[in-house]
This record gives sequence, C-alpha cells and structure tokens, in this order.
Amino acid sequence: MTTAAASAPTAAIPSRDPAWRARLGWAVVALVLLWPLLQATEFEPWVLVEPANLRVSAQFLASFVPPAHDRDFLALVARETWRTIAIATAGVTLALLVAAPLALIATRVLSVSAIGSADGRMAALPALARRGARWLLIALRSIPELVWALVFVRVVGLGPTAGVLAIALTYGGMLGKVYAEILESGDTHASTTLLRNGAGRLQAFFHGLLPTSAAELTSYTVYRWECAIRSSVVLGFVGAGGLGQQLEQSMKMFAGGEVATILIVFVVLVALADRVSAGLRRALG
Amino acid sequence: MQLVLDAVAARHPAARAGARAALGPLELRVAAGEQLAVIGPSGAGKTTLLQTMACALRPAQGALRIDGADPWSLPRRALHALRGRLFLAPQVPPLPPRQRVVTAVLAGRLPALGLAASLRSLFYPSDIPAAHAALDRFDLADKLFERVDRLSGGERQRVGLARALLAPARLWLVDEPLSALDPTRAQQAVSTLVDAAREGSRTLVASLHQVDIALAHFPRIVGLRDGRIAFDLPAAEVTRAQLARLYAQHEDEWLGGGAADADAEAPPAPAPPAVMHCR
Repeated sequence: MTTAAASAPTAAIPSRDPAWRARLGWAVVALVLLWPLLQATEFEPWVLVEPANLRVSAQFLASFVPPAHDRDFLALVARETWRTIAIATAGVTLALLVAAPLALIATRVLSVSAIGSADGRMAALPALARRGARWLLIALRSIPELVWALVFVRVVGLGPTAGVLAIALTYGGMLGKVYAEILESGDTHASTTLLRNGAGRLQAFFHGLLPTSAAELTSYTVYRWECAIRSSVVLGFVGAGGLGQQLEQSMKMFAGGEVATILIVFVVLVALADRVSAGLRRALG
Repeated sequence: MQLVLDAVAARHPAARAGARAALGPLELRVAAGEQLAVIGPSGAGKTTLLQTMACALRPAQGALRIDGADPWSLPRRALHALRGRLFLAPQVPPLPPRQRVVTAVLAGRLPALGLAASLRSLFYPSDIPAAHAALDRFDLADKLFERVDRLSGGERQRVGLARALLAPARLWLVDEPLSALDPTRAQQAVSTLVDAAREGSRTLVASLHQVDIALAHFPRIVGLRDGRIAFDLPAAEVTRAQLARLYAQHEDEWLGGGAADADAEAPPAPAPPAVMHCR
C-alpha cells in the first residue's frame, strides 16, 4: 500500500469530496419533504407585498401613531390590565395547588422505598403512584388552555372565571412536570442524607430539597406567571375577559391607536415580570 | 445498639452489572456501646461498609442483623423507623448552602418530630438551646444563626457532626469526619464525638484516614482493604507491619496522615479536599 502511494502519488489525489453526492441527495430529500408542508400551510408570502394588501397594512400600522391616550380609554385599559394581572395571578396560584402535590409524588429522589435497592428501584405501589402522577400531569398540560377556556366559557359563562380555570389546569400540568425535573436535577445530597437518616418524604423535601432548589423553582414560577399574562390575552379573544377582550374589540374596529396602547402595556407587564424574577432570584440565590 | 454482619457483600448502586462487589463478603460484630474505627486506603470500601450498616444500602449477599433482627425483612415503615435510630454522617456535609446553621443542625431531630413540628421549626427553630449546646461542643456556638454558605469547609464538616448530637440515634456511623479539618481541630472533633457517644452509651463506628488519631482515640481498629477485613484488633495490638501491609502501594495516605511519629502536633498534612472517594 505504501509503495503504491509512493510510486503514483498523483493517482491518489481525489478529484472530489466523496461526501458530496450524499449531501446533495439529502438536500434534495429535505426540499421534497418540505414542499408538501408549505403547501399544507398555504405558505404564500408574496400576498404580503401585493399592492392592495400593502396599502391596508400600511394604513393599519400608520393608525398606531399616536397611541390612544384619552382619559376614558386609559382608565379602561388600567382596569382591564388589573383584571389581566388578576387572572394570571389567580390562575398560577391555583396551578400551584395542582402542581405542587403532583410534583412531590412524581419526584423519584424523595422515594423512601428506593433507598438501598441495588438499582434505585421503588416498591411496586409507590412506583405506580409516581407513574399515575406523571400521566395526570401529561393529560393536564397536553390540552391547550384555549380549549379549556372554550369549555369553561360554556360552563361558567363569559368572563374571567373561565380564564382562571383554564390557566390553572394547563399550567398545573406544566409547573408540575418542570418542578419534578428541577427537584430531580438539583443537588440531592442533603435530602438523600436526611432520608437515609430516617426523615420522612415531606421532611426531606422541606429541610433538604426545597432550600437547595428554591431559587430555580421561584424563577420558573415567575416565568410561568409571565406566560400566563400573555396567555390570558389569547383567552380574552374567546371571551375570558381582561386586556385580551379589549384588544380583540379594538382590532375589530381597526382602532390602531388603541391596539398600540394595549401592546405597550403588554411590553411593560413582561418587563415587570422580568424584574420581579431577577429580584427574587437575587434574594433567594 | 448491636450489629452483626454475616458474610455480607455489597456493591455500589451505580456499579456495572458484572463488576466485583465493593465490599465483602465479610464478618463483623459490633457490640452495643462499642467504639471502633475503620481504616484503610482509598477505595477499600469504608463508605460502602458504613452505608450497609446504616441500612442505606441493601447487602447483595449475606445478612445484616441489628439487635438480632434482619432490617431488610422488616416492613418498609418499620425499616424506615429503624433508620431514624441510626445516624449516618456522610463525608461531604449534607447541608443546603442557603440554610441557617441552626436549622441544619436541628434537622438531625427530624425522625423524632412530626411533620407539623418539623415545618414549624423552619419558621421558628424548635430547640435553640439544644442546637447551641451541640454547636458549642464543636466550638461553633457563635455560628448558630450564620448561613451555611458563609462557613468554611472545616466549619461545615463540624456542623454536620453537631447534627449527630441531636439525632435520636443509638448508633453513629461517621464517614471520614476529619477530612476537612486541621490536625488540632481534628483531635478536638474526634474527642468530642467519642465522649458524646460514650455519654449517651451510643455505639460509634467511624471511618478514618488519620491512622494516628484512630489509634489514639478508638479502642478497636478494623483494617479494610479491597473490601475485605485485613485485621480487627484492639488499638494497642496494631503493629507497624500490619499498617504497612494495609496501606501497601498507598503509603502516602498512611504516612501523610502523620502516623510515622504518633505525634499529635505533626506537621499538618494538606487536608484532603472534601470529595467522596469511595461512594
């Protein structure tokens, strides 16, 4: 082999990259697969730049300035902002009541029956309870809050109650799943030691696991609160109250100034949530 | 509390399926109120032995008997109640960084407290005088309301030991209690442990890296190497030749520990970092 390479070095120089053909092939395959997706989503960006559509968009956007700022409208926005914050806060609080117990059941590192077993396996009954909690969390969060809201609007009527309940159920599922993951991925040395020394499951949680992961749990909860504010906007469109309902009416009437004001309020709310989260993290971290 | 290990072998929970057992099979009897030190090179299985004794690790073979009964044949609830009467202090102090020292020390009491009482103790420490007394024995009384992450490594280790004084335990299993302490502090800490165990007529099993301290403070020495018992003798009968065999190829662990001249004020060996060697 070495002699062949030495005697005819020029013959060994490859004329092209052997991977080239495969790369080209995969690129073609990707395009062919992407095409039906674009078709299915009726993706036709050129309609955006058609002169007629451009004129409508430009008019709507132009009406954003100046944002509506008359006294009555601002008072209305303030009232609805307060209601949005209330929906998000009440929803996340109820979600906490759903999530915390389920997360505690689902957390493997708090298992007493797994202590000492060679592969960390739990006894049958606790393992079943853990799986049940996981499945319940999946079921809760797999149904979008919009669907829950449509259901509850029918049950309890138009208004914020439907929004609160919808956020509570979906967010309960999300919070529970992520809480369990935060608890399992943190430093478990303190809680494991407490369990090994005979402390109960909840005792090990409150004295060992919670102090080590409090900052992360809090910051995720505040982030979810921020999401709940955004989410309550969407829920407002189906009649669940708050700023979203106001935004829908302004959009329908092409009142650009009002839309602009409401959007500015959203940006301020999200920025506020960000500051609260950073402050809490500093306090706990 | 009396302990019998009958042909016990144990493996790490994380060990690969075909791996050799980290411990045993070995025979060991510990009488109630006895105090013994387990010495041996890193990786000898000291931590695994203590975890097995603490019912934190189920023996792969053989039988463990505590006060005559096999804990692993007890119902789960009874087994966990038994764990409350054993106290295993791991080498790395198990203290949440943001917790206050008083709370961390009082956590030793958890097995004896109900859930409501243990929650109340998070808001207002349940027994400040007891926590203060326990810390005082380790010279840490002034750190009572300090946060754990403001303490040095050695202070944290002593807080972990002070927790033992509050545990409702009849058997203390202490893993490398001196690994982050300077020689003077180490002497102090080990005397406190030994005295406190004797006062409460508790059984004490400690794994130690410092051979001289083990020989000076413990009446019985168990040498462990490669998961087997190399010798099990009264401290006075342990010879240099036996120690040399125990630490063959690990001489620096023995001589670095200051055993060469059984002088308490030997030049301080660099304190080994507080990492789990044989978990």
